[in-house]
Amino acid sequence: MDFTIKTMADYAMEGKSPEVLFWVGCAGSFDDRAKKITRAFCKILNNIGVEFAVLGQEESCTGDPAKRAGNEFVFQMMALTNIEVLNAYEVKKIVTACPHCFNTLKNEYPALGGNYEVIHHTQFLKSLMEEGRLKIEGGKFKGKKITFHDPCYLGRANGEYEAPRILLEKLDAELVEMKRCKTNGLCCGAGGAQMFKEPEKGNKDVNIERTEEALSTEPKVIATGCPFCNTMMTDGVKHFNKNTEVEVKDIVELLAEAEDL
Amino acid sequence: MQYIDNILFVILLVAGFGLFAKSLQKIYRNIQLGRAINRSDRKAERWETMARVALGQSRMVKRPISGILHIFVYVGFVIINIEVLEIIIDGVFGTHRYLATLFGSTFYSVFTAILEVLAVLVVLGVTVFFIRRNFYGVKRLTMKELFGWPKNDANWILIIEFVLMVAFFTMNGADYYADQLAPSQHLAGSFPISRYLFPFFENFSLETLHLTERIAWWFHFIGILFFANYLYYSKHLHIILAFPSTWYANLDLYGKFNNLDSVTKEIKLMMDPNADPYAAPAEGVEEAPSKFGAEDVFDLNQVQLLNAYSCTECGRCTSVCPANITGKKLSPRLILMKTRDRLEEVGRNIDKNGKFEDDGKKLLNDYITKEELWACTTCNACTQACPVLLDPLSIIFEMRRFLVMEQSAAPQELNLMMTNVENNAAPWQYNQADRLNWAKD
Repeated sequence: MDFTIKTMADYAMEGKSPEVLFWVGCAGSFDDRAKKITRAFCKILNNIGVEFAVLGQEESCTGDPAKRAGNEFVFQMMALTNIEVLNAYEVKKIVTACPHCFNTLKNEYPALGGNYEVIHHTQFLKSLMEEGRLKIEGGKFKGKKITFHDPCYLGRANGEYEAPRILLEKLDAELVEMKRCKTNGLCCGAGGAQMFKEPEKGNKDVNIERTEEALSTEPKVIATGCPFCNTMMTDGVKHFNKNTEVEVKDIVELLAEAEDL
Repeated sequence: MQYIDNILFVILLVAGFGLFAKSLQKIYRNIQLGRAINRSDRKAERWETMARVALGQSRMVKRPISGILHIFVYVGFVIINIEVLEIIIDGVFGTHRYLATLFGSTFYSVFTAILEVLAVLVVLGVTVFFIRRNFYGVKRLTMKELFGWPKNDANWILIIEFVLMVAFFTMNGADYYADQLAPSQHLAGSFPISRYLFPFFENFSLETLHLTERIAWWFHFIGILFFANYLYYSKHLHIILAFPSTWYANLDLYGKFNNLDSVTKEIKLMMDPNADPYAAPAEGVEEAPSKFGAEDVFDLNQVQLLNAYSCTECGRCTSVCPANITGKKLSPRLILMKTRDRLEEVGRNIDKNGKFEDDGKKLLNDYITKEELWACTTCNACTQACPVLLDPLSIIFEMRRFLVMEQSAAPQELNLMMTNVENNAAPWQYNQADRLNWAKD
């Protein structure tokens, strides 16, 4: 990165607090593919001068995969530890590029004493755009076919279908919808801790079914808003040997590329 | 001797509804076997939800064909119940078409005409449903999991409804032609459909017409009593239980799973440096539940058990389930059906023994397998698809909790993931100190 990523601790040392805390998430921190999404998002924020911080070493897993696997103990251990850290920094507003972190922080932390305004990165960017701080122009995606895969934990779980689409439309791309989209969307196959295990026996894997559907729209880009969906769709595209023709990219990556960041 | 009809009618009526009440009582008792859950908050929103979803069928029309046909059958059913009221009044008091005297002839004509139109729509609905189920091959209605009773049950319901409508038209048609032969004062009403359905009635004598009308009338009445008592054995219970199920539905966002309070207490105690681990629990403090998650129907909550009875096996959940679509064993519909089967088995056990005697069976493994439970991606497509807001995912989730927290029986890879979360604060085995490495590249 050609600029410094500041942590909450850095801000606290300066006696200041940032506009927003960027919750990076485990995938965004450790997964090589997802790290690119993290960096792209930071570049956009830095470019338009949004003061943000990350927790860095003080961040832990939100506990989402443990919870959905059925392990309430591990989940709450993570949650209560995170809430202690967040409350110590008096965090008010959190943005995250992972719908699973987003959902857990937003919906499951309040009952445990963690009350924050939690927003998904597409919602945040949409609001920045509406405030006139973020300007998006078509750039290299003008006229290209893009299809968007709704993440379950953003769409179905939290009712957000529009923010990602509004951003994509700003790219002047041709947004093509899959047959199963929005409330009828199909899971990528990674949710509920499936990401971390082999799928049960069946006719095919869920991500193959979903990628097949995405490819049938003949897109240039399959856009995602979740690091896990991104992995699943990338694997699917490789399965069909289409990885030279079709790109799988998070919306922030598309925006960063359009701006040549 | 002239009152014998009325006496017989009242006996049948009381017996029929008495039996029906008894079945409902049994269902109520079985649901009470579950854990109590407080869903009495947000009352206004609950009434609104019930009115919109159960009464207004708002979710049915997401699939327009079955949705609209279902509304035909549903509206027909509701309106025709007013006619049942007339049958009961006539039966008890020996009157004939009592509502005509109450409504006045114009209004009564409109009323009977509407009933006839609705009855035609019901016939249309059930006929198309029968074809879709048996010949046309709608996938969710012809899946293997419905073979046997579920499929037969669905067909019986359609046949019974069809036959009841035929009896209804026969009754009206015979009445109409009898009135043509010997106009009576108390036969008002307009019969725009049935009068054309039975041209051969024209040749019947007055006695034959009266007899036909009586037979159809009694058949209709007994059919309704039979139908009411059939409900208990049928998926058709949803015509009653859809209402409480939507009222008690989970009103939170789909993504919000409940947090176990007992676990919170434990962990807060663990994290509190000043806590005395040997301290006796304070007086009056609620004890932790004896079990985490659900192994059997007793561990599920009452709304989940009510859900199991309310499921009409339409399979809209299963048809959108990513696991099921890709050929895995999980079917949200079957989760509810199996929960009901087990609950019924427990109910019969209680009927027989006075209280539940251990039968060596559990909902987990004997009915629902681990393979099904672990195939769920918790995507909530099933809950979003259900026309009556049932929540099969919550049952899957509680059973996973049991597998993990009581039996440590998660798939090996998930155990690894959970250990990583516990030790490294990430689902992968990375060092927490490396969390910011991405910023250095």
